[in-house]
Amino acid sequence: MSEQHILVVGATSAIAEATLRLWAMRGCTLYLLARDMVRVEAIAADLRVRGAAAAHPALLDVADFAAHARAAELAWATLGRIDTVLIAHGTLPEQARCETDENYALREFAVNGTATIALAGLLAQKLAEQGHGTLAVISSVAGDRGRASNYLYGSAKAAVSTYLSGLRQRLHERGVSVVTLKPGFVDTPMTMAFRKGLLWATPERIARGIVRAIDKHRAVVYLPWFWRPIMAVIRCVPEFVFQRIKL
Amino acid sequence: MSDTLQSWGRYPRATQQVIRLRDRLAPLPALESHALPRGNGRSYGDVCLDDGGTLLDARGLDRFIAFDPATGVLRCEGGMLLGTILDFCVSRGWFLPVVPGTRFVTVGGAIANDIHGKNHHVAGSFGCHVRAFELLRSDGRRIVCTNTENADWFAATLGGLGLTGLVTWAELQLRRVPGAWFDTETLRFDRLADFFELSTHSARDHEYTVAWVDCTARGAALGRGVFSRGNHAAQPAGAHAPHHVRLRIPFTPPFSLVNGASLRGFNALYFHRAPKAVLRASRHYLPWLFPLDHIQEWNRMYGPRGFLQYQCVLPPATALDGMRELLERIAASGTGSFLAVLKQFGEMPSRGLLSFPRPGTTLALDFANRGRRTFALLDRLDDVVAGAGGAIYPAKDARMSGERFHQYFPAWRQFEAFIDPAFSSGFWRRVSQ
Repeated sequence: MSEQHILVVGATSAIAEATLRLWAMRGCTLYLLARDMVRVEAIAADLRVRGAAAAHPALLDVADFAAHARAAELAWATLGRIDTVLIAHGTLPEQARCETDENYALREFAVNGTATIALAGLLAQKLAEQGHGTLAVISSVAGDRGRASNYLYGSAKAAVSTYLSGLRQRLHERGVSVVTLKPGFVDTPMTMAFRKGLLWATPERIARGIVRAIDKHRAVVYLPWFWRPIMAVIRCVPEFVFQRIKL
Repeated sequence: MSDTLQSWGRYPRATQQVIRLRDRLAPLPALESHALPRGNGRSYGDVCLDDGGTLLDARGLDRFIAFDPATGVLRCEGGMLLGTILDFCVSRGWFLPVVPGTRFVTVGGAIANDIHGKNHHVAGSFGCHVRAFELLRSDGRRIVCTNTENADWFAATLGGLGLTGLVTWAELQLRRVPGAWFDTETLRFDRLADFFELSTHSARDHEYTVAWVDCTARGAALGRGVFSRGNHAAQPAGAHAPHHVRLRIPFTPPFSLVNGASLRGFNALYFHRAPKAVLRASRHYLPWLFPLDHIQEWNRMYGPRGFLQYQCVLPPATALDGMRELLERIAASGTGSFLAVLKQFGEMPSRGLLSFPRPGTTLALDFANRGRRTFALLDRLDDVVAGAGGAIYPAKDARMSGERFHQYFPAWRQFEAFIDPAFSSGFWRRVSQ
């Protein structure tokens, strides 16, 4: 196969941009979907200089479900074939507001959960029709167990992780691999307000993990790796203990 | 978010809000008090600090915009690290025209301090190779500056310490190189006069020259050191790029590891290890140009009180006697650093109103912060520098008086008119009193 053709949803996110830079250095052909055309054009120009064979910016607001199919068609029409899809968009809802503002909570759930599922289903189907490809989706360690501090975000990511697990089983026979990416704390604009400690990772480190996971067709990866044992322990804590912990 | 971002010398301390910038096309964020753009925080004193204000962290402005592989003209955002540019351009046969002693500075920082390197005698300062940049002011105005268009803003911003506005992007002229390697020569010299002779003699055939000087030597050995010179070269047959073994000083020791005993020991050893006759070697650019970049957070070695770097330049007429006096005073104090650097600047004029590089000889070294004693010594050094008609480098400074600054940088009054009304820095408040 010649150089990779890659589609990224949410291309202006810090993790997506760092990942795109690694692919650009490999000379990949890139298609970038984002909500903000001006910002995604600046990123596309950067990727071209870094070595991307091509970088096509295009508009998509993931909350506009009706626009998904058309955006996907345009991407395929432009690139001809797509080898890898990375779904990377996301927001970090304010949990406190979610508890009192139902509309806000549902909107945030739609962006982080339903829209991701809709796009994963749609794009996986197109990969399956094409007969090959990898679908990688950024979920989160927050989806492994609901915590008082961000369970709306966590439940949306839990839905995504569970959906991907089923999708992976279904497409296993059809030449499409599905990669669930579960980053822990990442130092990005989305988490600007947090105090950073030992467990925090840079978007560049997460990006290297994403590229590696896709290269190796891994199923579920924790980024960085140490979140796997941490979350294994957290999942094992019995509920009657867990409800007393502040997390 | 409030943060205690520090400068590289970790003195003085400052507390400031930090706002991270990511989008060069967005207006500046709303500011509650004074603010200062900040690159990677590698300047030593307080030119990159704004106590009680807001730092506009520009490191997220790190995108390339355009590169022409035929002409070597590169346009990129202001927060891009020089190291990222080198990673990109060296394999394509191009090199930055001027690099400082670390590759961890941003393009915006290189402009704001009009930095220089070991090739100053042929290339001049960084600003000599800046073709254009855009300045974003707090009132939303964007000013594209070149040597001919908005030339007054261009001159004010080169060496303008970030005070004239945010550099959103810049266009640089890179230079062609045959590869990532250098043909280098090293030899030691026994006294200060020999340094001047070697510099003059080496400047013709060597694009890069610099000397390490033993700042503990006195008497007949005063000003002894090790001279290095080199030229860009292709990769020699059989050579491999160095492995990225990165060491790190893991924590701040409770006291400075640099003291009288370690200093004399290291300096004597370093001098005597160096070859008496010319030693030729092929070196990759990373270890040769940026030796300290391999030790992450080396600034921790000076302990919790941090250190002061001192860099001055003396004009040619007074350089030999002045340097002798400076080195005598430093050696007599028993303080100083492992790495004291001497370099002969060239004649190429700097373009900035407040640019530091000017014809003459420059000396740079660190002093562990031992409080009043250290400050008194630096004041005594200032007396020599001022008397010799020299200057101190703001990027390294944390303590020079306003009076001295005005003497070293007479254009400062003219410069004041270009300062963004919303911008300030610890350095500027100190020297503009």
